Amino acid sequence: MEFRELVTTKTKEKFGSDVVDITNFRDDLSIEIKPERLLSFCKFLKEDSELDFAMCVDVTAIDWAKRKNRFTTVYHIYSLTNNFNLRIKSTIEDAKNPEIDSVTSVWKSADWYERETWDMYGIKFKNHPDLRRMYMPETFEYYPLRKDFPVMGIPGSLPLPKKEED
Amino acid sequence: MNNQIDITNDEKLLSKLLESDPDLTIEDALENEMVINMGPQHPATHGVLRLVLRLDGETVVKCVPELGYLHRGYEKMAENMNYYDYIPHTDRLDYTANLCNNVAYVLAVEKLAGIEVPERATYIRMIINELGRIMGHLVAVGTFALDVGAVTAFMWTFREREFIQNIFDKLIGARFTTSYTRLGGVSADAKDDSLSMIKEFLEKFVYAFDEFERLLNTNRIFVERLDGTGILPKEDAIALGITGPNLRGSGVEYDIRRAKPYMFYDRMDFKVPVYHECDSLARYFVRVDEIKESVKILYQCLEQIKPGPVLANDPKNVLPHKQEIYTKMEELIYDFMLVNFGINPPVGDTYFSVENPKGELGFYFVSNGEGHPWKLKIRSPSFCNIQALPLMVKGQMISDVVAIIGSIDPVMGEADK
Repeated sequence: MEFRELVTTKTKEKFGSDVVDITNFRDDLSIEIKPERLLSFCKFLKEDSELDFAMCVDVTAIDWAKRKNRFTTVYHIYSLTNNFNLRIKSTIEDAKNPEIDSVTSVWKSADWYERETWDMYGIKFKNHPDLRRMYMPETFEYYPLRKDFPVMGIPGSLPLPKKEED
Repeated sequence: MNNQIDITNDEKLLSKLLESDPDLTIEDALENEMVINMGPQHPATHGVLRLVLRLDGETVVKCVPELGYLHRGYEKMAENMNYYDYIPHTDRLDYTANLCNNVAYVLAVEKLAGIEVPERATYIRMIINELGRIMGHLVAVGTFALDVGAVTAFMWTFREREFIQNIFDKLIGARFTTSYTRLGGVSADAKDDSLSMIKEFLEKFVYAFDEFERLLNTNRIFVERLDGTGILPKEDAIALGITGPNLRGSGVEYDIRRAKPYMFYDRMDFKVPVYHECDSLARYFVRVDEIKESVKILYQCLEQIKPGPVLANDPKNVLPHKQEIYTKMEELIYDFMLVNFGINPPVGDTYFSVENPKGELGFYFVSNGEGHPWKLKIRSPSFCNIQALPLMVKGQMISDVVAIIGSIDPVMGEADK
C-alpha cells in the first residue's frame, strides 16, 4: 500500500467522524480535523510507529475574513523515515476570541511557530509554555496579518522614540 | 603601597554611595548571575539578532533570542500584489543567496498554477541555484571564520564571492538584487560567454577553495576552538525542526534535493555530506563539503544544458517577450491582462519547499482563484534554526556564543521576514 493511502486509512479508522475533510490538491495530502481532537490526532501521527511524523515543519493560520468560522490553523509535518509531507488543518469556531490547543507538547519546534501565529493572527494557543509576540512589540494592539489590518499600517500604533530636546 | 580602596570596609564612602543611589547593592561579583544584552546592533550576530543572556561568571545559564528588528511584513505585502510583483521581494529574504530564493519562489508558484518549464530554463535555474548556494556558503564559512578571529579566510571567501557576482553581472545584469527568474522560465537566455565564464571561474575556484580549506583545516586555533562547542544532538535537532547543513551536521541525512528531487536533481550525481559530531566544527565541514558538491553539480549542468527556449509558451500564465508585445496584437492583450490582473491559479493551497543554503525554504500558498494570493506563508530556515540557539549555547562560554551563532549561520532578513 502506498504511504499516502496508509495515512488516510489509518486516520479514518481512528478518527472517523472527527475528520472533516481530506484533500489531495496538487499531490499535497491535507487532512482537516475538528479542533477538539487536534492534539490527540497530532500525538497519534507522531507516536504511531508506521507513520512516524517526527518533524513539525511549519505552523500558520489562515484568516478567511468573511466566513463564519474565520480562522483555520495549518500545520505542516514531515516524516523522515517515510519521506512524506502532510498538512493538518483545523478550523476554529470562535471568531472573536480564537483559541486552540498548542501542539508544543508533541513537537518542540511548534513553540516559535505558534508564537508567530499568535503575533500575526491573535490566535491563542492553550498550554503554550511562553506565548509572547514574536516580531511585534508586546504593547502592539493589533494583529497585522488579519485581513482587517490595512497594508499601510495604522498611524500611531507604533510609537516612535521621543526626540531629545536640544 | 596599596592604592586600592576596599569599598565594603570604607563605611564613609559606602554611606555616601548609598545616599546617591539607594538601589545600590554591593555583593561579591563572582557569586552572582548577570544578565547581559547582546545585540541587536552587534557585529557578530549576523544582522539584527538580539540575545538576552544570563551568565554565571563566563558561562551561559540561559539565553533568550528576540527577533523582529528587521520585520518588514513580507507576508502581508504578498497578499496585496500579484504573483509576478513579488519576485523582487524574494531577493531580500536571504540576501546572501538571493538567486536560490528567486528559484524557490517561482517553483512554488508554478506548482500552484501548474506551469510547465522548458528544459533549458530549468538547467539555467539549477546553475544559478548552485552558484547561489556556493555564494551563501562562502559568506557562511567566511564570516564564521571571522567570528573566531580568522580574518584572512574571510577576505579570501569574499574575493571568490566577488567573482560569482561578476558572473551574475554578465548573466543577469545585476550583481546583488537579481530577480532573474520568471514564472515559466527565466528573464533572459544565458549566452555562451557567460556560461564559459562560469566554467573559467570553476576551474580557478577549485584551487582557491582548496587553499582556503588548507588555511582553516590546519589552523589549530580554529579547529580546537570549535571542536565540541555548540552541541546539537540528533534527537533535539529533529524535534526542533532544524534543517539544512545544521541538521546534516547532527547526523541526519536529509537533503530535499535528494529526498524529493525538484528540477533535475534526480539526474545529477552528488553526495549529501553528513557529519555525526553534532558540534560547530561538523557544521562547518558540512558547508565546505557542500560547496565541493555544488561544483560537481555545476559541471554536470554545464555539460547537459542544450539550446532551446527559456520561457514557457503558456500565454495565460507567462509574460511574453517585450519584442512580441510590441509587434503582435494577441501578445499585447495577454501582457495587459497579466500585468493588470495577474495569473489566476485554481482555488486551493500548496506547500513547496526547496533546499536552500540555510535549510528548507518553503512557500505555502492559499489561492482563492484571484490574481493575488489569499495568503503566503514563508517557512524560513533561519527562523527555525535560531530556535535551537538557547539549547546550543547553554553551558558554553560567553566567547563561544559568537562562534555558535556563526555556525548556525542565520540571516535575519529571512528570519524576520
